[in-house]
Amino acid sequence: MTTVEKPVYSVIGTRPIRPDGVEKVTGKAQYGADVHLPGMIYGRILRSPHAHARIRSIDTSAAAKHPGVLAVVTHGDLPAADDRVEELGETAVNVRELSSNILASDKVLYRGHAVAAVAAASPHVAEEALAKIKVDYEVLPAVVDVRDAMREDAPLLNEARRTKSMGGQVSDRPSNIASHNQFKAGDVEAAFAEADVVVEREFTTKMVHQGYVEPQNATAAWNSDGTLTVYTSTQGAFAVRAQLSEILRHPLARIKVVPMEIGGGFGGKTVVYLDPVAAVLSKKTGRPVKLTMNRAEVFEGTGPTSGTYIKIKAAAKDGRLTAVKATLAYEAGAYPGSSVGAGAMTMLSPYDVENFEIDAYDVVVNKPKTAAYRAPGAPAAAFATESAVDELTKKLGIDPLDFRRNSASRMGTRMVNGIAFPRIGNEETLDAAINSPHYRSPIEGPNRGRGVASGYWFNAGMQSSVTAAVNSDGTINLIEGSTDIGGTRASLAMQLAETLSVPYETIRPTVADTDSVGHNDVTGGSRTTFASGLAVYEAGMDVRRQMCARAAKLWSVDPDDVVYEGGKLRCTKDSTRELTFSELAKQSARTGGPIVGKASLLARGAGGAFATHIVDVEVDPETGKTTILRYTAVQDVGTAIHPAYVEGQIQGGVVQGIGWALNEEYAYDESGRMLNSSFLDYRMPTTLDVPMIDTIVVEVPNPGHPYGVRGVGEVPIVPPLAAIANAIADATGHRFTDLPMSPRRVLEALEGLE
Amino acid sequence: MRRSQVQTRLNGNDIDFLCEPRQSLLEVLRDELGFTGSKEGCNNGNCGACTVIMNGRIVNSCCVLAVETEGAEIQTIEGVAHGEKLHPLQQAFLEEAALQCGICTPGFIMSAKALLEREPNADEARIRHWLAGNLCRCTGYDKIVKAVLSAEPQLQEAKQS
Repeated sequence: MTTVEKPVYSVIGTRPIRPDGVEKVTGKAQYGADVHLPGMIYGRILRSPHAHARIRSIDTSAAAKHPGVLAVVTHGDLPAADDRVEELGETAVNVRELSSNILASDKVLYRGHAVAAVAAASPHVAEEALAKIKVDYEVLPAVVDVRDAMREDAPLLNEARRTKSMGGQVSDRPSNIASHNQFKAGDVEAAFAEADVVVEREFTTKMVHQGYVEPQNATAAWNSDGTLTVYTSTQGAFAVRAQLSEILRHPLARIKVVPMEIGGGFGGKTVVYLDPVAAVLSKKTGRPVKLTMNRAEVFEGTGPTSGTYIKIKAAAKDGRLTAVKATLAYEAGAYPGSSVGAGAMTMLSPYDVENFEIDAYDVVVNKPKTAAYRAPGAPAAAFATESAVDELTKKLGIDPLDFRRNSASRMGTRMVNGIAFPRIGNEETLDAAINSPHYRSPIEGPNRGRGVASGYWFNAGMQSSVTAAVNSDGTINLIEGSTDIGGTRASLAMQLAETLSVPYETIRPTVADTDSVGHNDVTGGSRTTFASGLAVYEAGMDVRRQMCARAAKLWSVDPDDVVYEGGKLRCTKDSTRELTFSELAKQSARTGGPIVGKASLLARGAGGAFATHIVDVEVDPETGKTTILRYTAVQDVGTAIHPAYVEGQIQGGVVQGIGWALNEEYAYDESGRMLNSSFLDYRMPTTLDVPMIDTIVVEVPNPGHPYGVRGVGEVPIVPPLAAIANAIADATGHRFTDLPMSPRRVLEALEGLE
Repeated sequence: MRRSQVQTRLNGNDIDFLCEPRQSLLEVLRDELGFTGSKEGCNNGNCGACTVIMNGRIVNSCCVLAVETEGAEIQTIEGVAHGEKLHPLQQAFLEEAALQCGICTPGFIMSAKALLEREPNADEARIRHWLAGNLCRCTGYDKIVKAVLSAEPQLQEAKQS
C-alpha cells in the first residue's frame, strides 16, 4: 500500500532472488559451526550447577592429565579487565563484567555460568575431562524474580552495588537495583482527577529467549606471529573484535574476525561468550580451537530477554488518552543492563499524551545476563500500555482503533524522552488497520474474540562502511560489513542497482571480514537496510561522480557537462557523446585506473516504525488452549526495498510474539534451576501453531534516507503480546495480565470465573 | 575408543567410514565426512535442522547412531540438486523468499521432499502437520508453507518431462 506518493523505482520494490540463496538451499553455505581448519581441536565448557555460589577453588589437575586433553583454562587465564563500559550498538557492556561472564571469577551468578574450559582432540574427550574438574562452591541463597530481588532483605548478587539514579545520585545502601530512571511531564494526578475513566493494573512477563536455531559457536586460531583469527556467527564482526580486544588486551589490528553465515540472532548474537575462550585455548595449545554450544547451554548460558513487572495507571477523557503513570522493573540477569530504558521510552510512543510519569528500574537477579531481543524492552512495556488502553476503550464503549486514532502521535509529538517525532506513519498505519479487510469483517462464533494493539520501535542509524568496486566488464563487487541475517545482501545490492541504474544481477555483494572493510556496527536496531543502505547509496554516487569525470576526460569536456542518467553517461553539450556503464567500465584502465566507490558514515536520520496488529482467537474452554484464527500485521516500513523480505520480517516477528504471548517462558525452581532448557520443553511455535500471517505494508517514506527506508525487523514483535491478550479478553471476558497465557493458566482463570 | 567400519550409501555413492559407537550420524556427516549441509540446532531431535532421508524415511540424523547406518541408503541436502539444476523445492524456497537466516532450510527441504514424494498434492493443513518437526524462528512459516505449495505443480511437471 502506498500512502504517500513515491518516486518510480526500477529495482526497489521488486522481489529478486537473494545473492546467497542458492548456497543456502543446497547446504553449501558455511555457517560458524561448519568451519574446519587443519589441526583443529575441540573445546567444551564447564558450567555452574548453582544459581549463586562463591568459588572457593578450582582444581583442574585431573582434567589436564586426561588422555587427549591439550589445555584447561579458567578466569585466571584471562587478563585483568577494566571496569569500563563498551558500547555495542543496541547493548552496552561493562568489560569487567563481560570478562567475568565469559569465565566466572570469584562467584557464579547463575546456573549455566561458565567456570572452566577444556580443549581436546575430540568434543567427546573434552566432555569427559569436564567431569574431572573439581570446583569447591560455597552455595549462596539465590533470587530469581525481579520483585523479590528488589526487596531490602534480598540476597545480594554484588555487595558493592549501589543504585544509580538520573542526575548521578548513588544510594548509600547496597542493592540489586542497579539503576532507577524517571521520565515525567505534565501533571498526572490532576489528569487522573479530571478523567472520564481510569484503569489500574499490574502485569508480569517471564524471561524468554530469542530462540535462534543455530547455537553459538567460535573457532579461534592464535597464530605464531601474535595475530588472532576468529571465525564466528555474529551480528557484528567488529563488535566481536572490539570485545576480544578489550577482554584479551590485544590490539584491534591484530585480530581478524571472519563473520560466517549466521543462523539467527534477533539481538542475542552481539555479545561474545565463546570467542575469547576459544582464543585463550588456542593460544595455550598452538592449535585452532572450535567451541560450540549445545541447546541447553544456549538457554542457560547466553542472554535471553528480561522477565518484567509493570504497574500502570492510565486515564482517558473525551475519547483520548490523557495520562499514564507507570513503574517498570526489568530483570537484567546476573549483571546490570536490561532493556528497561527502551521499554519506558517506547511504551507511550503511539500516543500524544500530555501527562506521564514513568519510573524504570534495572534489577540484577540470579539468571543469565540478558541480551537484546528484537525491539529490546518494548514488547513487555507495550503489553502493559496496550492492555490498559484496551480496557479504557471497553469502559468507554469506543472502538479501540478509533480511540488510538484520536490519541495518535504524529510529526511534532514529543516522545517521553522529550524528542519530537519527525515525519512518522502512525496515523497512516492506524487508518490502514481500520480499513483492512480483516478489521471490517465480523468475528463470529462462541469462545472467539478479536484484539488489536499498536507498537513502536526507534530503529537505529550508527556506523557503516562499504566499497563498490567496478569491474572492467561492468559488473560490481559490493564489499560490505553488515551481517546478512535475513536478506540484506539483496536489499543493499538493490539500492546500489537503483542508484546506478544497472541490473541487480550485475552486483555481487560480499560480507567481508574485519581486515577487508571499514568499521560496521552490528546488524541490529533494524539498521542495516537503512544505514548500510545509505552507505551503499553514497558509494554509488561516488561511482557516478568518478564515471562522469572519466567520460569527461575521454571526451575532453568539462565534468560538469557530463550527466549520469539511466545507467548511461551523456554529454550535455554534444548529443552524439554517450557511453553505457559497461562501455565506460571497460575503459577504466586507460582513463586513470580502477573505479572504486566508497562510503564510510555515521548514519543519522533513522526513522521510527509503527505497527498495529489485529488478531482473532478462539479459546477452548475445555483445555484452555488459544488458537490463532487470523492475524493481520499493519506496519509503516518507509519504503519496502524487497517487499518479500519485509513481509518475512513482519511475519517472523509476529510469530515470535505469538510464542511469547502463549507459551514461552524460562521456568525456574526455587533454587534457580531452569526446568525447561530444551526445545521440547521451551515450546516455540511450530507450523501447526500458527496460521498464515497477513501483512499490510504501509509506506510513509523516511525523510532521512534517499529512498525513504525505515527499519523493519523489530517493531513487529511489539504489538502481539497485548493484541492476543486483548483478543482473549474479548473471547472470554477475562483480562490476562501475566504471560504466558498458556493453556494451564487460561484454564485456571476460566474455572475461577465459573 | 575403538572405531568401527561402516559401509553405507550416501547421495547415491557407496562409501565407508570409521566412527566411534557414540558418534551420531549427524556428527559423522559433518565432522568426519565434511557434509556440513545438515545442521545441528539441538542435538536431541527437537528442531529438525539435521533432517536427512534414510531408507526413504525422514530421520533426525542427530538421533541416529552412525553405526546404525550400515547398509543404509542416505540422502542429505547435498544430494538434492543436480549440479546447477536445483530441485523444484529449492527453487521455490528461493522464489518465495522462504528463508531468512537459512539454518533450518536444509531440514525443511528434506522433510518437504519426503512429503511430496508420498503426497504430491498435499494441502496446507497436511504440509503444516508434516513440517511440525522442523523449527524455524525467522519466517513465521508463512512463506515456507507457500513455497512447498508452489513447488507441487513444478515437481509434477518435472516428473512428467
